[in-house]
Amino acid sequence: MDPLFQFLLRMGDNTLVLGHRVSEWCGHAPVLEEDIALANTALDLIGQTQMWLGLAGEVEGKGRSADDIAFLRDVWDFRNLLLLELPNGDFGQTLMRQFLFDAWHSVQLGHLINSSDPRVAEIAQKAAKEVAYQVERSADTVVGLGDGTAESHVRMQAALDYLWPYVGEMFQGDTVDLAMKEQGIAPDPASLRDDFDALAGRVLAQATLTIPQDNYTQQGGKTGARHTEHLGHILCQMQWLQRAYPGANW
Amino acid sequence: MKNEWPLWEVFIRGQHGMNHRHVGSLHAPDAKMAIKNARDVYTRRNEGQSIWVVEANHISASSPGEKGPLFDPSNSKTYRHPTFFDIPDEAGTM
Repeated sequence: MDPLFQFLLRMGDNTLVLGHRVSEWCGHAPVLEEDIALANTALDLIGQTQMWLGLAGEVEGKGRSADDIAFLRDVWDFRNLLLLELPNGDFGQTLMRQFLFDAWHSVQLGHLINSSDPRVAEIAQKAAKEVAYQVERSADTVVGLGDGTAESHVRMQAALDYLWPYVGEMFQGDTVDLAMKEQGIAPDPASLRDDFDALAGRVLAQATLTIPQDNYTQQGGKTGARHTEHLGHILCQMQWLQRAYPGANW
Repeated sequence: MKNEWPLWEVFIRGQHGMNHRHVGSLHAPDAKMAIKNARDVYTRRNEGQSIWVVEANHISASSPGEKGPLFDPSNSKTYRHPTFFDIPDEAGTM
């Protein structure tokens, strides 16, 4: 299978699945301002998805559009990180997941803007601006809640403990990543770890939170080998209209 | 209500050279977050070049009860309006 196609699915599925998760807060966030901010984030992520999956369809060359790829694949064809399909939990857990992803995403995009593939570089350039804001916002909220009240601190530490085993997958490489690295399209995932650790370490320390020492890593999302049971439920929500009424549009 | 975030008034400048204009208000825990919230609430459609926020309780307002003495005397003094001048197009926005 074409490694570039796989790589683009990974980028696009990450933003698609997280974008959908974040959109679940629409109308439910604790305050109006956060509700609108989360909806903006979700829309940014879906916008990035359109670009990544649009290019994936182009590279695949079978005439599939970004919509076809998003709405007409089943669980085993998704290539997103497990972290992103986990349920939202409380507001703090949602923002902790957002920060962990934003931190990785900002480092990853920082490399992709220099990609040897100009189409990848162009998408990364556009997304990097949005992500620069997102990581600042999620970092501020993680600090605010981590170093907030006793209650918010406990919740943020619990969120970090719960999500940390899913962080390692962002830095695991396989043959797809190796091919991307050799072609100069994308960096070796492991090489992003130091920058991620520096950023996450600084923010989490400021948030008075303790990074778990156990480095056990959940995996199987980006390879598609083993998604969690949650992904099927997301797709059920996200895809039912296209499945029930194929080709429906407005 | 000690647990409520303070209210902030938001001012946005739409273009270079224009004034900041009051666009509304929002809640936020501090000034930094107020600017972020203002960005998300009031500049989603590319309205802004610059954002100011000020905590609402720092604004002093005239009292509605004093409306008469404050504003009535300036009624019907048309000679105070410089509306009798033609402004050349080159002058731009005044």
